[in-house]
Amino acid sequence: MGEDENSNLHVPVPPHREGGTTFPSPHEIPAGHHEKPDIDCQGSQTREIAYGLLRVLNDEDEAVGAWDPGLDADTLRQALEHMVRIRAYDDRMMKMQRQGRLSFYMKCLGEEAVSVGAAMAMENRDIVIPSYRQQGLLFVRGRNLVDMISHCITNSNDNVKGRQMPVHYSWKEGNFVSISSPVGTQFPQAVGAAMAFAYRGEDSIACSWLGEGTAAQGDFHYGLNFASVYKAPCVLVIVNNQWAISTHRNLAHGGSSFAARGIPYDVASMRVDGQDFLAVYAAHKWATERARAGHGPTLLEMYTYRGDSHSSSDDPSIYRPGDEYDSWPLGDPVDRLKAHLVKLGEWDDEKHTALEAQCKEEIIAAYKEAETHGTLKDGPFPPVSTLFEDVYEKEPWHLLEQRGEVGL
Amino acid sequence: MAPSGTTWRGGALMAQMNIIQAVNSAMHTMFERDETVVSFGEDAGFYGGVFRCTSGLQEKFGKHRSFDTPLAEGGIMGIAIGMGMNGLRPVAEIQFADYIFPGFDQITNELAKLRYRSGGEYSAPVTIRTPCGGGIKGGHYHSQSPEAYFTHTPGLKVVICSNPYDAKGLLISAIECNDPVIFFEPKRLYNGPFDGDHTAAMVKWDTHPKGEVPEDYYNIPLGKAEIVRPGKDVTILCYGTMVHVASAAVENSGVDAEIIDLRTLVPLDIDAIENSVKKTGRCVIVHEAPRTSGFGAELMSLVQERCFWHLEGPVQRVTGWDTPYPHSLEWDYFPSQARIAEAMKTTMED
Ligand SMILES: Cc1ncc(C[n+]2csc(CCOP(=O)(O)OP(=O)(O)O)c2C)c(N)n1
Ligand SMILES: [Mg+2]
Repeated sequence: MGEDENSNLHVPVPPHREGGTTFPSPHEIPAGHHEKPDIDCQGSQTREIAYGLLRVLNDEDEAVGAWDPGLDADTLRQALEHMVRIRAYDDRMMKMQRQGRLSFYMKCLGEEAVSVGAAMAMENRDIVIPSYRQQGLLFVRGRNLVDMISHCITNSNDNVKGRQMPVHYSWKEGNFVSISSPVGTQFPQAVGAAMAFAYRGEDSIACSWLGEGTAAQGDFHYGLNFASVYKAPCVLVIVNNQWAISTHRNLAHGGSSFAARGIPYDVASMRVDGQDFLAVYAAHKWATERARAGHGPTLLEMYTYRGDSHSSSDDPSIYRPGDEYDSWPLGDPVDRLKAHLVKLGEWDDEKHTALEAQCKEEIIAAYKEAETHGTLKDGPFPPVSTLFEDVYEKEPWHLLEQRGEVGL
Repeated sequence: MAPSGTTWRGGALMAQMNIIQAVNSAMHTMFERDETVVSFGEDAGFYGGVFRCTSGLQEKFGKHRSFDTPLAEGGIMGIAIGMGMNGLRPVAEIQFADYIFPGFDQITNELAKLRYRSGGEYSAPVTIRTPCGGGIKGGHYHSQSPEAYFTHTPGLKVVICSNPYDAKGLLISAIECNDPVIFFEPKRLYNGPFDGDHTAAMVKWDTHPKGEVPEDYYNIPLGKAEIVRPGKDVTILCYGTMVHVASAAVENSGVDAEIIDLRTLVPLDIDAIENSVKKTGRCVIVHEAPRTSGFGAELMSLVQERCFWHLEGPVQRVTGWDTPYPHSLEWDYFPSQARIAEAMKTTMED
């Protein structure tokens, strides 16, 4: 690269472009390594985990250490089923996008445990304000697949009335707040939602997610500081999937751990193996109980990997090695939970294949049904009158007039 | 000998380019000419930007001159100001105009006012490049046209291109300008002119006269509009994608309209507007952005103030509705040829 010898400006480069290894070191921390502090501890007492890595599943696929949440086999199978279903959904939707039946799509390959673990550790009454990559929350909270797909093809059954790009779900019944594209805005909002729970003396909490790239935004820091100041009952999650579109995580920060940013705010902070469902679940369970009991916020870094392209619009082979996900040292969340269940004698390959086939069929059937409410190409779409609705609670004169100009 | 795909014209080596390539060519040209020019933004370094407008710069000139930034528009604008006040000529990319708002404070309170508040001691020759506008099924966060927020801020120059030739020439002027410039690139035009008919086959720039762009340095001065089509019945004031929609509307209606591509919104080519409206006596203003307090409101005031005694019909506005930019109902929002034709009719009937 044509570097100017007279320039001292340091611009970081992703390690693989300089012939180095892509992987940082935290995976070398063994499962079961960290102690489990009491939920009323000082934020600073989580310092070691903020710089370490919370892991429960070891290399022999066993759950070990103080953080093992001790879930029964049924619950584990349920988690696996959610993750497999999400993956089948993502695959199908991306395929439909490639066929021009969706205008856009974003998968969460590799990050399924991040949202499934969180949602299973929370109650449905807890407010979630996610980014665009936590579709798993909707699966755990039981959203109807046909409605989800209808949103993605923006047909007449889309509850957000065709106003947003695909994957920008909103589902009030499931306490899932409308997703916004401008990244990071959700963090301080989640803190505010949590403050409202505290204000009313309720023990519900708020939980929000953003990517490691987005942790560079002011909103990330505003959220963290406000949460700390008001001891807001919330869980703030940084999903560190190593990439922000083409930008490697070493351009998002100059340090080694995103979780560690919470420590100086005295916010309990932990870095968690995001491929380990049990670790994700355990961390969320702890943070949720802490918040519910009035001991304040927790910052979690989910250490994971974005297994596919950023969205249907980019080609990752231009900016990162194609085999990176396959050699990700922390593995794949579905594979790991599956291996754990097999080890427990509670699952096998045959059942797994059957589950995959069943999920695929379900999704195909749901897709077909969704298209009975309209297709991206031919509609029917939400009626044109909806264009002018919901700008305000009631349409003021100028919108009424403009509606008139369209002849409505 | 000219490389393949290029021709000599009037002593200049010309190449067929789309707007992405024209912007890219402007960047390469300015990087060659002036080593204080630097470029940065989200995914704008190694990858060359999500629309690839800055591709090849890092490879050719080094990562100290073209680099990726953390995902923080407030930070991007802040460092642009700092670099600009300290001897560099930064060209900052905001990935989508919809995402300029986290940088709004730095742009409107800092960048725009630096020269004034320091009594002329400090200034920052920053160019902000950003794709704007709709027509790509981008929903409300990948389709907005936020120019009016910036035309309303004294201290900023605001430019919007409508074709490859202008894109390069205007961007070079923007980079050379010692005042801060916001340079809007209508993303629906990146790969070809778009006349508003989304059912028609995609047209490319290669068959368009403005797709022929000099390989080397040239500039188009800021503050100069272009008469895209001379006419005597009605003046159409427009910019960006709407230049092409208006042109098609005029061709299909048979009205002898004079179409003016404003190109620079601040400072405005007031002479071009005045001369034209005084001649035609009628005026239609077209933009994609919502109507209320849109730039059309300013244009209308100016026309009224300066051409009142020459007007023969009420000035008309064709704009986006006062709603957020929709996704599935995009074509019911996007100002259409039909609405422009209707507006021409209205002002010519009355
Ligand atoms: C304010 C703002 N700026 C830019 C963008 C464009 N953009 C969308 S996603 C993205 C990268 C986000 O990366 P990260 O936060 O790591 O989340 P991930 O996609 O990896 O889940 C960018 C730059 C945006 N949506 N919002
Ligand atoms: Mg990321």
